[in-house]
Amino acid sequence: MDHGQSNTSAISLPGRWFYLITVFFLTLSGFGQMPIFKRYYIADIPGLGWLAEFFITHYIHYLAAILFLAFAAYMLIDYLLSKRKSRQMTANGYVRSVLLAGILASGIFLVIRNLAGSNFSSGFIIFLDLCHLGLVMAFLFVSLYCLVSKKHWTTVR
Amino acid sequence: MRQKPFPKMVPNRVPIEDWSEKKDVNDRLTPYNWLFIQHAEVEINGAETELTIPRRCMHCVNPPCVKLCPWGAAKQLENGISRIDSDICLGGSKCRKVCPWHIPQRQTGTGLYLDFLPSMAGNGVMYKCDRCYNRIADGEVPACIQACPEDVQTIGPRDEILQKAHALAAEINGYIYGENENGGTNTIYVSPVPFEELNKAIDKGKGKPHLKPVEDTMAQANNLAVAMLVAPIAGIAAAVGKFYKRTK
Repeated sequence: MDHGQSNTSAISLPGRWFYLITVFFLTLSGFGQMPIFKRYYIADIPGLGWLAEFFITHYIHYLAAILFLAFAAYMLIDYLLSKRKSRQMTANGYVRSVLLAGILASGIFLVIRNLAGSNFSSGFIIFLDLCHLGLVMAFLFVSLYCLVSKKHWTTVR
Repeated sequence: MRQKPFPKMVPNRVPIEDWSEKKDVNDRLTPYNWLFIQHAEVEINGAETELTIPRRCMHCVNPPCVKLCPWGAAKQLENGISRIDSDICLGGSKCRKVCPWHIPQRQTGTGLYLDFLPSMAGNGVMYKCDRCYNRIADGEVPACIQACPEDVQTIGPRDEILQKAHALAAEINGYIYGENENGGTNTIYVSPVPFEELNKAIDKGKGKPHLKPVEDTMAQANNLAVAMLVAPIAGIAAAVGKFYKRTK
């Protein structure tokens, strides 16, 4: 998942685009869970009205999460089975993996929370909400830093 | 606590909702009035009859206001009551938008948002019926049950109340609302006339909820939860498949 030259890339070009588009929609629909897009005119931009419709952003967040879960599981297992022999994870790769793992874990708990009959304590739900948002912010900042400074998830051994 | 003048809102189209001078309004839901009486003129057995319906939060079994609150300010108690914690709520009013009956009502200029960036984020506190959760915790009944001169409300475990509702409906040849609305609510109405008719007869609008059929709003996304279980398995299978293909 590096953003560098193709000869050092551990991921195919379609794979990279799949990752970027999925993360983009996850982030957009995720921030759409807060009532901010309507307030700040973003939902007024033609074609973006759906960002103010909470059930639509909720549904899109779930759809994108399904795609991302499949992708993340594929990348992890592919790395462990095949790629690890020739490539090793970089420090920023580990940082991003840990952040993503936290985002996924808190997200999974939030999905369970949304099912009828779930009864997490309100303190735990607040923790999950803040955790999910905080980790996403951290992940976005780290990803931006890696993108700008061309840091890769993995490097050749 | 209520700060006036209210912080300037950015952008200035953000609505200020101030009920602090209109606390006596009792013909709709407001931040200060969590229950009101709806009137319906209907015909029963050929006779014009006026029905009075106490309207408040339905306390959904799977409440979208609670589940979709981005901060966890809306909570569901183990006994099924949903309530908004006024100490945490930032007043974004998402709960009102996702509520099929648009029950929660906002008071601007109060609450936690004043401590952060009051102009940029938040807009007060959302209020709605909390079913007098604190009285119930003390073994009492909600204030509206105690105050009702007609004694129309009964409270108890949902399955018992549903049984009673069906018995009453059978007795008066009536109709039930709330058993399946929004996937089921913890408020069950029994009416001698169809709710479609009642819905036409009541005054509806802001703070005056309808009595229309409501689909389960949380169900659509929740149905995707199964796909979320399958997705990582599919990803793992694809990676393992690729590995075996290569090592063959």
